[in-house]
Amino acid sequence: MPERRVVSPEYMLFDAPREKKYLIGNEAVAEAAKRANVDMAIVYPITPQSEATHIIGDMYAQGYIRDYYRGEDEFNVMSAVAGAAMGGVRVFTATSGPGTLRAFEMFPVWAGHRLPIVCAFMTRGVNSPLSIQPDNIEIGWLADTGMLIFHAEDPQDFFDMTLQAYIIAEQPEVHLPVGVCVDGFFVTHTREIVELTPEDEMLPPYDPSVSPVVAMDMETVPVRHMKDPFVMKSNYISYNTHASWQQEVRAAAERARKHIYKYMGGPIEVTHPDAEIMFMTSGTAAAQARVAMERMRAEGIDVGLVKIKVIRPFPEKEIAELAEVPGIIIVPEHNITGWLAREIRSRVNNNSKIYSGPRVFGGMTMPPEVIVKETKKLLQAGVAV
Amino acid sequence: MEALKISPGFEKVMPQEYLELVEDGPYGRGLGVKDLGTFKELIEVHPLCAGCALGLSIRLILASLPNPENTVIVGTTGCNAILMPQVAIHNIHCLFGNQSAVATGLKRALRLRYPNTHKDVVVMAGDGGVVDIGLAPTMHSWFRREQFTTIMLDNEGYSNTGGQESGMTRQGVVVNMAPLGKKFPKVPLHEVAKVAGCAYVATATPARARRLGQMVRRAILVAREIGPAYVQIFCPCSTNYKFPPAESLKRAKETEITEYMVPEAKEWIERIEKGPKAEEVSNEA
Ligand SMILES: Cc1ncc(C[n+]2csc(CCOP(=O)(O)OP(=O)(O)O)c2C)c(N)n1
Ligand code: SF4
Repeated sequence: MPERRVVSPEYMLFDAPREKKYLIGNEAVAEAAKRANVDMAIVYPITPQSEATHIIGDMYAQGYIRDYYRGEDEFNVMSAVAGAAMGGVRVFTATSGPGTLRAFEMFPVWAGHRLPIVCAFMTRGVNSPLSIQPDNIEIGWLADTGMLIFHAEDPQDFFDMTLQAYIIAEQPEVHLPVGVCVDGFFVTHTREIVELTPEDEMLPPYDPSVSPVVAMDMETVPVRHMKDPFVMKSNYISYNTHASWQQEVRAAAERARKHIYKYMGGPIEVTHPDAEIMFMTSGTAAAQARVAMERMRAEGIDVGLVKIKVIRPFPEKEIAELAEVPGIIIVPEHNITGWLAREIRSRVNNNSKIYSGPRVFGGMTMPPEVIVKETKKLLQAGVAV
Repeated sequence: MEALKISPGFEKVMPQEYLELVEDGPYGRGLGVKDLGTFKELIEVHPLCAGCALGLSIRLILASLPNPENTVIVGTTGCNAILMPQVAIHNIHCLFGNQSAVATGLKRALRLRYPNTHKDVVVMAGDGGVVDIGLAPTMHSWFRREQFTTIMLDNEGYSNTGGQESGMTRQGVVVNMAPLGKKFPKVPLHEVAKVAGCAYVATATPARARRLGQMVRRAILVAREIGPAYVQIFCPCSTNYKFPPAESLKRAKETEITEYMVPEAKEWIERIEKGPKAEEVSNEA
């Protein structure tokens, strides 16, 4: 391990020199964890995630990560990273599809306890029947846990968003967990050029004293919680305490918006905002939609693209404004439920112009031709433009 | 202990019982069960049922912590969780059954942050929380030789949800969800603990308070240096087993007190207990 030096988050994201490497997504996220100065990683195998956490294990062996172990299952891994975060250290973990569901009871706990855990979700199909193939149905379920949710398009996004996730998660006024999601296999196992910051530069260590819930270390006040605890009492004060706490968790996510603009350049990326036909999508569907857009523009059809990088807090104002212009909005997705189309529909004025599809799932790929074909079919059917 | 001190000028606005904790609490004083009644305890009042043996056991456990100023407790859902927020020590309620996983992460984090101090992590959970829903993380923490103490408050059933059968209910007993009587024997978790990797295993009762205190203390000291420790405390529940609360201690006596240590643990405990200041064990790592 080279001698490492601490650099500021702003320097790392905006000014640090970048070196080009040819990496798969699983390597890119591990490189991000290395630079994020993670104290502890607790992991459990599941395809397509495992390779990333093997590499992080090697980084532990080399001294980059201070503690690491394989837990007994995803629920207990997510519980153990919570315990570690409550103890005041910076943690990383990752899982996929069935692992996400096995662990689910913990995600609202992370948010409710205001733990700035970063978890990578390398999404995959859920059973039954058994599937290990790409499918991001789990992101729709994660969206209401209270966590911040980012959706990366490619290995470069995966690297950048993981670093951005730590920086935003640990802002004192935010202090929430972040799920950094990618479409399994399409990103985790695809090799692309990724521009990395220097290996010997890392983020400043986590400072548990900024946490809105005190670290459980008997060093931070108060050592006593309350004299008359509200837990399980049936009175107005207990209900109100619980209700206002939930509202505060959501308010903390709202306060993340300005940091999302500062550190991520905003929650969306827009190409041709004035187009007649708009693709609004996220993850690898955005990559495919970009190709579809370029092909259709070459044919003289006025198509634009909104890539949604942040699913929570959802960029509702930005999407509502953008949705005013086009005559039709097409939302391609890698899942059967169409959770992204549902999100968009519920935020725009005239939601009859939103078309959910093409939707592919169970491991199916989404060739740009499919998006082009579906779009042309809609146009021929005389959908208002 | 710095964490407990009151900032100058605030003494007047702090609640009375907090002032008492600062002035007369057990932090850093090496007190034990025998000193009860002479200091301000970590728990002042609690909302558990009258005569609750589990509440009494927690009171005794709290009085037996070798270094309360450097102890963090991990509880779980159940009757203990109703009491724990009132305890003047950092404690966690996370979810039902994940206490040993939380404790694993916590203990490792505290070791990274305070390499020169023993931060004792103590899991305290009901029998259902340990032996049923939380069995996997409990056993895996022992397999992995995680250095914390697990205490089971064994009231032989799920009390907090209205008296259902747990793995620790005795065979034949008719309780909720065992309408024909429990069909399999009480799980011998204290035996399982020995083969699963615990360096210290004890079964205790609040009816023998000083012995319970000694066991809890030994368990925590062994967990610091040698390996995982498990203490199982029999806490009969008058509310769900429907006996008069005044009988709790009489019933609590009806259990076997056992103690097991691996040779290294035995050596270590003998060294500490024969030392000149048996009550003031340093918690420097
Ligand atoms: C996942 C989950 N399942 C079930 C429950 C309901 N529940 C809460 S407390 C409890 C019983 C606790 O029993 P035990 O661990 O023996 O502790 P006791 O109350 O007897 O002290 C149950 C079943 C829950 N809170 N969470
Ligand atoms: S239900 Fe039983 S274990 Fe729970 S507080 Fe009452 S007496 Fe104690």
